[in-house]
Amino acid sequence: MERDHEKVLDYPIPAPSALEPPQEWERLRSGCPVARVTLPSGDEAALVTRYEDVKRLLADPRFSRRLTGAGAARIAANESGGVFSSEMAASVPDGGEGHRRWRREVGTWFTAKRMTALRPGIRDMAEGLIDGMVEAGAPADLKAHLGFPLPVWVICDLLGVPESDRDRFSYWSDALLNLTRYTEEEVSAAQEEFFAYMSGHIERRRSDPGDDLLSALITGTTEDGAKLTDGELVGTGMGLLVAGHETTANMIGKMVAMLLSDRSRWERLVEDRSLVRTAVEEALRFDADSGIGLPRFVTEDTEVGGETVPAGTTVMCAMAAANRDTGEFADAGEMVLDRAPNRHIAFGAGAHSCLGQALARTELQVVLEVLLDRLPTLELAVPAGDLERVDGLAVGGLATVPVRW
Amino acid sequence: MKITVDEDKCCGAGQCVLIAPEVFDQRDEDGIVVLLDASPGEEHHDAVRESAQVCPTAAITVDEDA
Repeated sequence: MERDHEKVLDYPIPAPSALEPPQEWERLRSGCPVARVTLPSGDEAALVTRYEDVKRLLADPRFSRRLTGAGAARIAANESGGVFSSEMAASVPDGGEGHRRWRREVGTWFTAKRMTALRPGIRDMAEGLIDGMVEAGAPADLKAHLGFPLPVWVICDLLGVPESDRDRFSYWSDALLNLTRYTEEEVSAAQEEFFAYMSGHIERRRSDPGDDLLSALITGTTEDGAKLTDGELVGTGMGLLVAGHETTANMIGKMVAMLLSDRSRWERLVEDRSLVRTAVEEALRFDADSGIGLPRFVTEDTEVGGETVPAGTTVMCAMAAANRDTGEFADAGEMVLDRAPNRHIAFGAGAHSCLGQALARTELQVVLEVLLDRLPTLELAVPAGDLERVDGLAVGGLATVPVRW
Repeated sequence: MKITVDEDKCCGAGQCVLIAPEVFDQRDEDGIVVLLDASPGEEHHDAVRESAQVCPTAAITVDEDA
């Protein structure tokens, strides 16, 4: 069998339509577990698509997400390299005891219990945003009215940022994460503005602490008595914004579109709300456009899928491809609303798996519940095949989600 | 059924607490898992198995025979 190892694919790989996976994935999973790809920057990387391989690499403590080291590939062509190689990304510890300390300090703000306590507030926000969409009238763009604003409002609340600054946060988040829509000057300017805003915000919170995560991080000490540095605080604020905004914002749009693209899915949920939790997990698994995946810089030779990946390789871990692996998931190509257990790795795996996953789950569940309550007749206003992907890299999503009800 | 948890592995994702809140909790000070009931009744077994299977760091071990 020809294994196509010498063929270098352009990455990301195009898909036949916005909600469908690239046909290439199946071939790669079955015959080419470590594929050579060219990133948008022109640099070469290795693409890993099998469930077990992706999961193991993501959880391997030897390998870092950091692409600032010598020889690491750049994702995008602009000099700053975007969110994965920025200096601010480097200010949050990425391994060992430092990471453990940071993770536990910040993680305490994202426990399941705290997220459950946020539910009524998130529900109010969703209700208000849906009111606005209904007022504007059908057809409406569910992404602009609901998906995009909701997560940034939640993050701003967590950081103690006032309502009047939500729009600025929204813009910075987009500029820092999009990787292609903005010029290098715009990205650098957004980074500087965000840094200046957060530094000032931290100063204000230090003299006048509020009931928010940032204030708690500023005034609190960790288990070993250490405080987070100002650099770590700004990096944490940026991390929460870029990790928690567009990811969830786009997932809201994709989840609703996936459920409406075969309306029997939506109808089943209207009939049976007890499926909301597993339906959200299945939407996360089924999302064929989660973005470029997570990078790992391999610092020593390691075996993946029976092949040796040499030290110095930048590996792209394609979680969305892994989540369609028939070796792990029965009926992987079907959206099974009551799938359990659902061991999808949309949030990564291991010690670095998404810190905010309980928040993301809560937001997705609440949004879905409120939509089912308020707009049970919701439907797509365009054929699913006409939906278009957003022009961006790090996080996949739909350009618009036109709906009527 | 006998459950054990590995606090060092736990990354505080909170999936177990969302799925089986009668059996698992998280410490307020760092979000790390707390086992509320190491030998829960049969009505919790499915939720416990699911929690163990989806834990992102495999920090929950279930001994079905104990």
